[in-house]
Amino acid sequence: MKACPTEAIRVRNGLAEIMEERCVDCGECYKSCPVSAIIVEQDDFNEIFNFKVRVALVPSVLIGQFPSRITTEQIFGSLITLGFTHIFEIDSVVDIVQEGYNKMTGQKDEPTPRISSFCPAILRLIQVRFPSLVENLIRVKPPSDIAALSYKSALIDKGLSEDEIGLFYITPCAAKIASVKSPVGEKTSTVHGVINMEYLYNKMLHIILNGEASEEQHAAGDLTSMGILWSLTRGESRHQAGRSLAIDGISNVTHFLENLEDTENSQIDFLELRACDESCAGGALISGNRFLTVERLNGRARIIQNKKRQDKAVFQDKEYWLDPIPPRPMMVLDNDREEALRKLNKIEDLLKILPGIDCAACGSPTCRALAGDIVRGDAGPEWCVFLQELYLRNGKISLDEADRINSGIWGSEREYRSQIK
Amino acid sequence: MELSYDIGGGDFVNAGRASSAVKGILKQLNISAVLIKRVVIALYEAEVNVAAHASAGKISVSITKDVIRINIRDKGPGIADIELAMQEGYSTASKEVREMGFGAGMGLPNIRKNSDTFNISSTPGEGTELEIINRLSN
Repeated sequence: MKACPTEAIRVRNGLAEIMEERCVDCGECYKSCPVSAIIVEQDDFNEIFNFKVRVALVPSVLIGQFPSRITTEQIFGSLITLGFTHIFEIDSVVDIVQEGYNKMTGQKDEPTPRISSFCPAILRLIQVRFPSLVENLIRVKPPSDIAALSYKSALIDKGLSEDEIGLFYITPCAAKIASVKSPVGEKTSTVHGVINMEYLYNKMLHIILNGEASEEQHAAGDLTSMGILWSLTRGESRHQAGRSLAIDGISNVTHFLENLEDTENSQIDFLELRACDESCAGGALISGNRFLTVERLNGRARIIQNKKRQDKAVFQDKEYWLDPIPPRPMMVLDNDREEALRKLNKIEDLLKILPGIDCAACGSPTCRALAGDIVRGDAGPEWCVFLQELYLRNGKISLDEADRINSGIWGSEREYRSQIK
Repeated sequence: MELSYDIGGGDFVNAGRASSAVKGILKQLNISAVLIKRVVIALYEAEVNVAAHASAGKISVSITKDVIRINIRDKGPGIADIELAMQEGYSTASKEVREMGFGAGMGLPNIRKNSDTFNISSTPGEGTELEIINRLSN
């Protein structure tokens, strides 16, 4: 509950509920929940068999998860064994993404710093918590989308028909799954499905270790060291002109954006912001150690560091721009300003009587969040364990009522209820 | 809604505390991002001014549904020539303050630019008082 950067989680009836309009799909709750109460929605793997041509769109971090002694050929081979017919390395299109960034620079009236829209959780965080910064987002589609679009058109050029091609994105990212299910800045998602990397990793490893991987498989896509490192921290920022910063970890990003909002001229040209610590190597659906993943990818990048792209990167103006990204402010207490001000005053009054220790026993993550829930009518002051005792002592509520409130938060099925008599 | 904050002279670490808090409040009141940004920039610059020049300061903020009034009163050297101080690029900031990236002489002009009504008065040797008023209607 406390891991959430937008305070979107409440505990009700013993379950964690997520307030959808606040959720930015960052996956922090998934990573930190001690009882695995958070589930990441995903498509059924067998959906790939609805298509004749089954494309696995593979990000570099997938390769980085496997021990170094396992070769990329074995890794790709295991995907073929699982049922894919084609494999495309997503990060081979980063030159095209960079081409898009170059088109944006030098344009007058473009607000600075320009903020990368690579990370879908950051995109949503800005919509929800920093709506004043949506104009700063670079509206270039992320590599996974451009990879899907460009590989699909390459396959169509080879004579395949569009409806027999199924594009499946293997992702380390909870927010990516959400962004395919409900896209931001696009009308529909380009890929047909997303596959949870955590789910696939075990299957792949099993196939490889049993020697069942289809042999000598290569992936399409012209991968360079720039591509391999793109999804890691500083992967984008190191290629941008001017002053650029790379920040990873959603709390670091939030802190930085709070400060950025207060200044008119930050003197920074480009911001690479990633929700996860160590960027995509630290994704919610990564099963390996993120530092080892980074180290392996650095090794893979060194091997091909002098490799240059064969063809010229072409940015397709028609397809590769994102639509305008609307702000989605969640902080507003009421659309009527007078009413909002009244609620705000009530919150401040409540904060004077709430204990301020943010114990979360009320089912809200902080005392301030509880105060907000009370003015919205979603909770009562007697939900606070400290105030509840006073209410009981003064006869304002009965013991039964207190019991009903507490089980409404923590559930009536909890074991302690039968143990303590 | 009434709020007040104290700022210490030389305290650059906490300069920005009031503007952050006010920003948090305005975001809850359905006020456009552009308007919020004006208020926050003006207040932040004023906070930095107190930290850079004065020995202590007090900020009072009053918010109604139509208007936000901010009053910043400091104890410090005051400003001898206000007209000169309002010019862009003019600064009396010390070398140390400039080395921290402040004192470019844009503070007061920036505050005026981001206020609907801006009043300044100063008594040399005693201190300076600013009043920043912004309408909140969209």
